[in-house]
Amino acid sequence: MKRVLSTSISVGLATGLYGISFGALAAVAGLDLLSIMLLSILMFSGASQFAFIGVLAGGGAPISAITSSWLLGVRNGFYAMRLNSVLSPRGLMKVIAAQLSIDESNGVSAAQSDLKSQRYGFWATGIAVFVFWNLATLLGALAGDFLGSAETWGLDAAAAAAFLGLVWPKLKVNKVLALAAALVAVVGSLFLPAGVPVLLTVLVALVPGRSK
Amino acid sequence: MTLTVIIASLAVFSWKMLGYLIPQKWITDGIRAFSERVTVVLLTALVAVQTLVTGNQVEFDARVPALGVAAILFALRVPYIVVVIAAAGTAAGLRLLGF
Repeated sequence: MKRVLSTSISVGLATGLYGISFGALAAVAGLDLLSIMLLSILMFSGASQFAFIGVLAGGGAPISAITSSWLLGVRNGFYAMRLNSVLSPRGLMKVIAAQLSIDESNGVSAAQSDLKSQRYGFWATGIAVFVFWNLATLLGALAGDFLGSAETWGLDAAAAAAFLGLVWPKLKVNKVLALAAALVAVVGSLFLPAGVPVLLTVLVALVPGRSK
Repeated sequence: MTLTVIIASLAVFSWKMLGYLIPQKWITDGIRAFSERVTVVLLTALVAVQTLVTGNQVEFDARVPALGVAAILFALRVPYIVVVIAAAGTAAGLRLLGF
């Protein structure tokens, strides 16, 4: 459990790194502090949040921003299906578990071998990410102007490494699947709007195969 | 703006909640195996896009060596947060050098 907790806190700290860049970018996109914080508290889904401010910053209509973030959130539904059978939450806990069902919490949970650690991994990571993500958003929104671009600090590479770490324990038994997904996502990115190629890889998962 | 944010947040939450409202008995072993595979493909796709894609183009820039460093460190079982910081440092350092 101690090892799981340390992973959870590390994941929380790592997401904090790009939480800062989210807060900063949202402020640059012209959002007020209340809206920025509501995004991190209520929407609480990194990719959807980046898409939301990205569309608005690019001059898109509010309805486009809503639709983009909604479509990008679909993968949380897949995670939620998995997590429901792991956690079996009841009543209000269902709502709280749903809100915390994101890439990171599901990733850490799925990486554990026994049910107890899978549950612990979900809750510890969900809470850690929620706390650090929101603190970081606030920091980024307030200090964004001084930080400059996220690229200068390598925060884009940090995000890639953070996701790699989540999927790492699963790569060995899923090499072909992972390679196919990467290929579909990159090729799709050449001609599809941002966000769509990643979702398209769900089709790759439809091909039956071994998975552990 | 605040209203737009709230509507968008509810829309995103609807997916999360849906996953918990689907009756357990509908979730067969096949679906369970599928959602495990979905976790792998989506996370891998995020890594690939985050490392190689800029807009609608494939770009080999400082992110690629940074991810290479991360992969080596993960293989060496270096703690997660150290790896993430090392990846950020690699990319930031290379950019500083004009890469």
